Amino acid sequence: MSAASSTLMLRRRVTNAVFTGFCVVVTGLALIALAAILWTLVSKGAGGFNLAVFTEATPAPHSRGGLANAIIGSVMMCTMGMTLAVVIGVLAGTWLAEYGQNSRYGSVVRFLNDVLLSAPSILVGLFVYEMLVAPFHTFSAFAGAVALALLAAPVITRTTEDVLALQPSLLRESGVGLGAPLALVIREILWRSARGGILTGALLAFARITGETAPLLFTALNNQFFELNPTKPMANLPVVIFQYALSPYDDWQRLAWVGALLIAITVLTVTIIARFVTREQNRS
Amino acid sequence: MNNTAHEFETSVATIDPSLVKVNVKNLDFYYGGSHALKSVSIPFARNQVTALIGPSGCGKSTLLRTLNRMYALYPGQKATGEILIDGENALSPRTDLARLRARVGMVFQKPTPFPMSIYDNVAFGVRLYENLSKADMDVRVEESLTRAALWDEVKDKLRSPGLGLSGGQQQRLCVARGVAVKPEVLLLDEPTSALDPISSARLEETVTTLKADHTIVIVTHNLGQAARVSDYTGFMYLGELVEFGPTDAVFTRPATRRTSDYITGRFG
Amino acid sequence: MSDASISHAPPPRRTAARGALLSTLFEGLCFSAATALLAALSGLLIALFIGGWPAIKKFGFGFITTVTWNPVTEVYGAAGPIVGTLITSGLALLMALPVAAGVAFFLTELCPAPLRRPIGTAVELLAGIPSIVYGMWGLFIFAPLFAKWIQRPLMAAAPPGTIWESLTLGIPNGSGILAASIILAIMILPFMAATLRDLLMTVPPAVRESAYGLGSTTSEVVMKVTLPYVRRGAIGAVMLGLGRALGETMAVTFIIGNSHDFPTSAFASGSTIASTIANEFTEATSDVHLAALIALGLVLFVITFAVLALARLLLGHQGDRA
Repeated sequence: MSAASSTLMLRRRVTNAVFTGFCVVVTGLALIALAAILWTLVSKGAGGFNLAVFTEATPAPHSRGGLANAIIGSVMMCTMGMTLAVVIGVLAGTWLAEYGQNSRYGSVVRFLNDVLLSAPSILVGLFVYEMLVAPFHTFSAFAGAVALALLAAPVITRTTEDVLALQPSLLRESGVGLGAPLALVIREILWRSARGGILTGALLAFARITGETAPLLFTALNNQFFELNPTKPMANLPVVIFQYALSPYDDWQRLAWVGALLIAITVLTVTIIARFVTREQNRS
Repeated sequence: MNNTAHEFETSVATIDPSLVKVNVKNLDFYYGGSHALKSVSIPFARNQVTALIGPSGCGKSTLLRTLNRMYALYPGQKATGEILIDGENALSPRTDLARLRARVGMVFQKPTPFPMSIYDNVAFGVRLYENLSKADMDVRVEESLTRAALWDEVKDKLRSPGLGLSGGQQQRLCVARGVAVKPEVLLLDEPTSALDPISSARLEETVTTLKADHTIVIVTHNLGQAARVSDYTGFMYLGELVEFGPTDAVFTRPATRRTSDYITGRFG
Repeated sequence: MSDASISHAPPPRRTAARGALLSTLFEGLCFSAATALLAALSGLLIALFIGGWPAIKKFGFGFITTVTWNPVTEVYGAAGPIVGTLITSGLALLMALPVAAGVAFFLTELCPAPLRRPIGTAVELLAGIPSIVYGMWGLFIFAPLFAKWIQRPLMAAAPPGTIWESLTLGIPNGSGILAASIILAIMILPFMAATLRDLLMTVPPAVRESAYGLGSTTSEVVMKVTLPYVRRGAIGAVMLGLGRALGETMAVTFIIGNSHDFPTSAFASGSTIASTIANEFTEATSDVHLAALIALGLVLFVITFAVLALARLLLGHQGDRA
């Protein structure tokens, strides 16, 4: 081997060693950083867990209390928001995949849905503020739910369209070939065949809105007390976490960590369920 | 009978009009810019099996898909001419497409069981148009599965999903689903192309017994299959019907050179 | 033989199929839902425009070029938050990109098979952690460490009177532009790593194998074959990561220091568009202040829209699925 080619060989080996080393080191660093975040969350949040968290309302500084009103508020708003988002998302995704797939209007809606999907959530909050808060002169849980729905619906629309488009056209044709109207084929055959994918989309959308804080700041706001009336401001975990974390009081900060851990557990559980659903789907 | 309007030498036998169930006249079909069927005229005899053969892309599947207007699902596809089913033009804009497709059933290249139980697969189409009691529906399901030669294999698991069956069983389930709605005409689009030889043979047997109740049109790549199951055969090439006649005649004494070349394997 | 039997029985008389009447209604419902999405996005744009109009009219182009943001004197110039947004997102991208790429390369080329799934899953799960968690971690854990080990030593080491001194000016509490950028980088890291990994997995095995078959080293396979193979998609993925950073509120608001001054040093307090809106919107009492905040939102929309349009152009139709 000539001297030139052996230097070349050496240089290639060194380059590769540097490259490999870099990849290993940054992966290690990234995993450490992410593990540190999770560790903080667990160590700071788990200690604060007790029954009061789930039974008592958010306290005044330096007094006992829990997150019950915020938990209930979050559950209510997420439920309302998801209901709205699933209805709109599944129907809109169905229209894009089955009726408007080749139309000009369809491609416009598809594009705008993608924009909405990636629009900063705080802007969705501003929009809903102007539509549903300012005209009625009051923050409300309903406005919060609409904001969350606007964040979830594009995700569901996108997944619904994608999974319906993946259904074999022969399936559609066999339903239609028996004399069934297309709408019936969609509802009773295609939706059923695509339900795993649609469910995954809905779960991912739910995971996305569970921790959303920004759009709730100007829609649902917050509430120190139990409130079940959706036309009134309502406590919710993300906004409580935001306010308590930035407060100077130790016990509020502690509750903020508990809330953050609750949300993280919810999101992780939902994401894992979604992955499980996807895997089951792929197996059958 | 020779038709000089065509690019090729053609030979289309005629059938006594009283025996014809579906009469296709001067059918042209277009999609996008392409002219897929060129002035096709062909009769389908009542309670007989007619096979459509020809090389890939010759238009035989397209012809099948015009008979139940399946093409109408897709924008940009259009058919002109006449398809008379018992004298009623299926291409008329006044035709109720769903009802047409219930009269003209179809089985596809690949099995397409619906994501529901075996029982519900068969009952799905029946429920669209008939309001049967539970007992009557049970009878209908059993009969349909029996006629598709599937009953014995599935009678103990009617509630299990149709997707759990083997490929050949799935295809026979699709046949059962198709006959359950009592279509007058049954279209089979290469029904055995995805099946193993044993399943194919069973399906062929099923087809010959079904003609007692249905007028059957079958598209196939398999010349042996066409010879075995059909009473009449149409040979298509480049969007035209080149030859049509009794299967015996077409296979043993083809009237045109193209048909003879195709049947003896010289092209296609 | 019962009426329901098939053999030799005449076909049933057919009326309209079950559900035929509802068909048009159903299609109409689907169409309305699609239109609702279109209305939502157009409405969002129009609402931002109308809501921000008083501020745009009053300050004109100066709104985005001047730096005075003073609710007391009612003068609003948004250059501080705008530049803050661009700088933090840009820095975050610079820091996150090499790391995310390294993680993606590690997962596709180097990782021992038994670890591939667990690490890949962990990265995906972390991409879903709400950003407020990153923000809290930044404020309570990261900031003190950052102040102690990086900020103060650097400030002490900067020779007085040089550019280094002005670049390291700031309150030594661990907050500021650079700290916010790092938190943002950590937040977008899992998302970018997961997207890049998914892209690299789309390279056909035959392509990789033939490259290895020629005697290439891992780095040569990655840099000369697989990465160029997914180049367009990779740029698109990076743009999507940038889009997330630009619009992010919570991860930034906790730690950026919230000052509207034009950021001049790495440790200076600053603000982004999103953090400004989050902090001031519910407290804004005057109409001009509200209008100015909404106009800021409009600016953010335009910036993210530009980035996303570019990403879409590069990524085709296979984009973001978050």
